[in-house]
Amino acid sequence: MNGTRLRRRLASAAAVGFCILSVVLALVPLGFILFFVLKEGLPALTFDFLTRLPKPVGEEGGGMGNAIVGSAILIALAGVIAVPIGIVSGIHVAEFRAGRVATAVRFAADVLNGVPSIVVGIFAYSIAVMPFGRFSALAGGVALGIMMIPLIVRTTEELLNLVPPSLRDGALALGATRARAVFSVILPAALPGILTGVLVALARIAGETAPLLFTAFNNRFWSARLDQPIGSLTVQIYTYAISPYDDWHRQAWAGATVLIGAVLLFSLLARTVIRRLERMHHA
Amino acid sequence: MGRRARERGGFRLGTGAVALLVPLLVAGIAVVLTWDSLLSVRQFGLGFWKNSTWDPVAGVFGAFPFIWGTLYSSLLALLLSTPIALGIAVFLSDLSPRPLRQPPVFLTELLAAIPSIVYGLWGIFVLVPAVRRIETLTPAWLRRFPLFEGPPVGVGLLAAGLILSVMVVPFTASVAREVLKAVPANQREGAYALGATRWEAIRMALFYGRQGIMGAVMLGLGRALGETMAVTMVIGNTPRASLSLFAPQYTMAAVIANEFSEAADDLYLHALVEIGLVLFVITVAINTLSRLLIWRVGAERA
Amino acid sequence: MKSSRSLLGWALVAAAACAVPATAGAVQIDGAGATFPYPIYSKWFSEYNKIRPDVQINYQSIGSGGGIRQLSNQTVFFGASDGPMTNEQLLAAPGKILHFPMVLGGVVPIYNLPDVGADLNFSGTVLADIYLGKITKWNDPAIAKDNPGVTLPGSDITVVHRADGSGTSYIWVDYLSKVSPEFKSKVGVATAVNWPVGLGGKGNEGVAGLVKQTPGSIGYVELIYALQNKIPYGAVKNYDGNFVRASLESVSAAAAVAAGKMPPDFRVSITNAPGKDVYPISSFTWLLLYQNPKDKAKAKMMLDFMKWALSDGQKLCGDLGYAPLPANVATMVMTALNGVR
Repeated sequence: MNGTRLRRRLASAAAVGFCILSVVLALVPLGFILFFVLKEGLPALTFDFLTRLPKPVGEEGGGMGNAIVGSAILIALAGVIAVPIGIVSGIHVAEFRAGRVATAVRFAADVLNGVPSIVVGIFAYSIAVMPFGRFSALAGGVALGIMMIPLIVRTTEELLNLVPPSLRDGALALGATRARAVFSVILPAALPGILTGVLVALARIAGETAPLLFTAFNNRFWSARLDQPIGSLTVQIYTYAISPYDDWHRQAWAGATVLIGAVLLFSLLARTVIRRLERMHHA
Repeated sequence: MGRRARERGGFRLGTGAVALLVPLLVAGIAVVLTWDSLLSVRQFGLGFWKNSTWDPVAGVFGAFPFIWGTLYSSLLALLLSTPIALGIAVFLSDLSPRPLRQPPVFLTELLAAIPSIVYGLWGIFVLVPAVRRIETLTPAWLRRFPLFEGPPVGVGLLAAGLILSVMVVPFTASVAREVLKAVPANQREGAYALGATRWEAIRMALFYGRQGIMGAVMLGLGRALGETMAVTMVIGNTPRASLSLFAPQYTMAAVIANEFSEAADDLYLHALVEIGLVLFVITVAINTLSRLLIWRVGAERA
Repeated sequence: MKSSRSLLGWALVAAAACAVPATAGAVQIDGAGATFPYPIYSKWFSEYNKIRPDVQINYQSIGSGGGIRQLSNQTVFFGASDGPMTNEQLLAAPGKILHFPMVLGGVVPIYNLPDVGADLNFSGTVLADIYLGKITKWNDPAIAKDNPGVTLPGSDITVVHRADGSGTSYIWVDYLSKVSPEFKSKVGVATAVNWPVGLGGKGNEGVAGLVKQTPGSIGYVELIYALQNKIPYGAVKNYDGNFVRASLESVSAAAAVAAGKMPPDFRVSITNAPGKDVYPISSFTWLLLYQNPKDKAKAKMMLDFMKWALSDGQKLCGDLGYAPLPANVATMVMTALNGVR
């Protein structure tokens, strides 16, 4: 009797130990990656790097200024495309949840979320590059926007459903139409959470590279035009990483530092918003 | 009342019309992928997926090495990541005291938020040299097995599998954690009341939520299948299927990324899009299946 | 929570504000193609932009195959390739495309053998057999024969080639096909071939990077990539039987041979040319333009640039290891430029 009990306890201890080990094991690569990015990237993160254009091949110096601005433009474009569509769709799915449209949209959003980014890139190439005969920032924004939509739809739906029914009942009791109730009362209440979702979605697409490879292409000059190729931080990091030039490798690390910094910033912003939201609802 | 009904109808119609863009988008992707791969489908048929020759010059396209590499690297990633992801999920849902929970949760989220290109960058300069060292240190008797054949180049399937497993862990872990949280408390309490050890109670919870856990694992698989940048930077980009972990190979996503902008003729482009089409179908199928499994656990409880 | 929205707004405004003054009035011409001439092209575009700030030439080096494709799709204004377009490719394009040779370069065999101090010699047949997978170890007798007195390791040869459609590959396989009939029949000549063995790197940069990081590997890149990255490269046996290292002089010697018999469409191969000091794996590299481009303003700007590149630009070649065009060829090209309308 005792032997079995001991064995069971040992097994339990081993399993618990394994779980703790797993957490440590998962954090090791994380620590490693962050450590390397900072170790290699911070020294190369000069003012020049942030503001200058790339130099010709083989010449040292230059920077990724245009790529950083390009990424900002692409992310903004993606947001402009995805946020209105995502929020309105989310409203519909939340308000008319049993309807056929809502079911179709929910299913489609899940599917879209799982589509690999390279496939989205192929689609964006077919609809936004081929017909116009050129690579463009717009095509890149479209590709990234498509990837953002399902995240925003889902966040909007979830948050609208979280709003207490008393708010909706109150609005309708006061004579508001359904639309008015949603736009004037429910949506504003859910807005902080929705914005969090937007921020999280932006953080996710900020790091995308594959769909930009043949939509936004690349550009070594400053550009804000939507109908021209545009540089992006991710594609530039990729180009430099697979090159043989040590200076470019350093710049790639610096670019990775900027990228991770941006992603961290978005995440922290999102968390701050969540905390404010919680405080508001508890007040 | 009539005005009210009309306004409500308008509201429904208006938002509905916009919302329909989402399914339309998915349908659009399927249509475009099918349309742009017709030349290849017509020319090669099903043989496309059995043939191993990828010869743009002769116009002979066989995609077997890509699907091999994709499946092999993803399954390896699953093998390595699932135990660890489940360990983390168990830790976060069961074992850790409440105050100790926030940091690991935050760190897991951070792991998921790191962009693929940064993983790839780390992969080229840190992981690949490390893997090369491991390969060089493999004893000769082990090298004779087909699993470990080939020169120690560093880039190859092992590096790809390792980097994919790191990337997949946070996804599987967070979904598995949600599944475990959904296991009713009375199930656990009942187990302890019957004298179960910690591990036995956990095992019961894992069994209870097994469908959801499967769903979490499949979600991770879906993620691994579609991963592009990190893989193409460490896998060696060689269209040759091989059993060896040390061999440089190729995946569907990687070949599209490398060769799409250079496909010098229509057949070549259509062959690449056909690969994209199949990748699309596979990932959609796996993701749908995984969501069905995950919903099941929640539905059972309700 | 308006702050995050306005944050985004400010970011967009700031971005636009940065970009507008720099690009006001500037015309951007997009091009894509070969990585082989990328170092000299990027130098040219940068220098030319200093002379003509209103002309920004945005060139993406994605490989010759990519350049040909994007030009045929008309998603870029000009292409660049070191493998001339085939007749099929020319027919498939929506308009007539002209080839304009701009510089000459050499493709060198690079290798990573940290324990071998000397520079290695390679005969063409040895290189062909390595890339066919017939020679697999560094101390193979065929390699040893060309390198008497050098201790070669017994390690495996890791072959590196291009993963993308490449003019550099074209030059390489063109040469190997000339010296090895077996290579010609098994692999053939094109910008993207079915490589019997080896790893794929993306662009000249990718191959150089892979070889630099992989001990025991061999690859092929344009000379400047080997020089800039201090990667050892070997001498190749030329048609006359001499082992010649690529250099300004040896590549120019190859050009001199071609100078006399340049076809009017400039599509010519100069690999394995006869001559004592000729480097056998040399090639022209071409800019590709439509004969009747739709955007006449851009066409004029592009032609002005090319005329500068064919005259003043040629002086920048030497520093980067490229050979300038022979004088008579440069003149021929200048004349041919008038055909673009």
